[in-house]
Amino acid sequence: METPEQIKARIEAAVPGAKIEILPNDCPAGERPLLVDPPHALAVAKFLRDDPQLRLDFCSNVTGVDWLDAELTEKVKAKHVVDGVEKEVEEIRKTPRPGFLEVVYHLYSMELKHGPVVLRQLTNGRGDSVSAVSLTPVWRGCEFQEREVFDLFGVRLEGHPDLRRILMWDGFKGHPMRKDYVAPDDFEYEPTPHDEVLEQAKKHYPPEVKA
Amino acid sequence: MIDEGLRSELQKQGVYTTTLEELYNWGRANSVWPLTFGLACCAIEMIATSMARYDLARFGAEVFRPSPRQADLMIVAGTVTKKMAPLVVRLYNQMPEPKYVIAMGACAISGGPFKQGYNVLKGIDRYIPVDVSIPGCPPRPEALIHAIMTLQEKILNQKLTGPNRPRHLVEGAPSEFPVPAYGEHDLEPPSNPDVWQPPMVKR
Repeated sequence: METPEQIKARIEAAVPGAKIEILPNDCPAGERPLLVDPPHALAVAKFLRDDPQLRLDFCSNVTGVDWLDAELTEKVKAKHVVDGVEKEVEEIRKTPRPGFLEVVYHLYSMELKHGPVVLRQLTNGRGDSVSAVSLTPVWRGCEFQEREVFDLFGVRLEGHPDLRRILMWDGFKGHPMRKDYVAPDDFEYEPTPHDEVLEQAKKHYPPEVKA
Repeated sequence: MIDEGLRSELQKQGVYTTTLEELYNWGRANSVWPLTFGLACCAIEMIATSMARYDLARFGAEVFRPSPRQADLMIVAGTVTKKMAPLVVRLYNQMPEPKYVIAMGACAISGGPFKQGYNVLKGIDRYIPVDVSIPGCPPRPEALIHAIMTLQEKILNQKLTGPNRPRHLVEGAPSEFPVPAYGEHDLEPPSNPDVWQPPMVKR
């Protein structure tokens, strides 16, 4: 199969205006994902499905990722004048990065038996009504998994034919897979609590005060 | 009541005596009809129990009924999620008395490995009375057969009068239990205090 760079070049030639970014991947499998900008996501997806060399006709998995607000640290070499001598000193520069949500698609080709190609979309921030573009019009199999992303992560997928909650009930508040979701405090006695459960147990059953 | 020694003496002579109560309980215990109803992987073991190798038919309990109106026994086989719990209680309410419940597996009795999760009920005994609990994840078919035998023993020992009588013969005892409603994060109420009280820790 083509490398991500080749795919990127061909997408940008076929879909005018599309901005594709290849993201690094440190894991051993090392499939580098393609980051697609939401306005062109649908056209890019159609290209990936219909292109005779790619024919990515099977979307095996759709999932969400929650990225909290974070501070990125990077080492930068800077020149400083120390005791009249110019020296190169390594500095740690910290830049705040606002949180966002992400939708990830894993694509395979049944016809040409290759894959995966990983497609990612980012949302603008991680507020209550963030959105991305639904790819259900291209891959019908995305429908339930995109509903799951909507239900558990709260990403509104524009263009989805039937965007409702799928796992939690209607009337449920919040999106449980978000990292800042607070579950109902319904702790019950545990014989051997540990870690987070131990913290909860301490809160609910305060240790006896010894005289 | 007839004396046990006299009774066995009479039986040797070919005279059989019984009581209405014994006959009634014998019939009930040997034709328990469970509800066709599975929630998760425990249901696979329940299916295996009813198949030829373990053969639940030996205990008269092989007639799985697809309607709660015809069932005596609800085998809660599997994880009860909070979304599913009101439906389980409603099915139980629709069963005619006398009715019994077996909670099968770690999830049905306590929430099991999902106990600390936001989405799983911490045991079906919070809403409906459970007669037999089977631990295990999932329990083997032998364990379910043992639970059926335990239930049969319980039915056989239920007198028609007195404090141990079945619930439907007790004046004013409930046959239906309140169905919990979906709240914003949890079920409302989170448990039925008439059926279940949280465990107390003694220090």
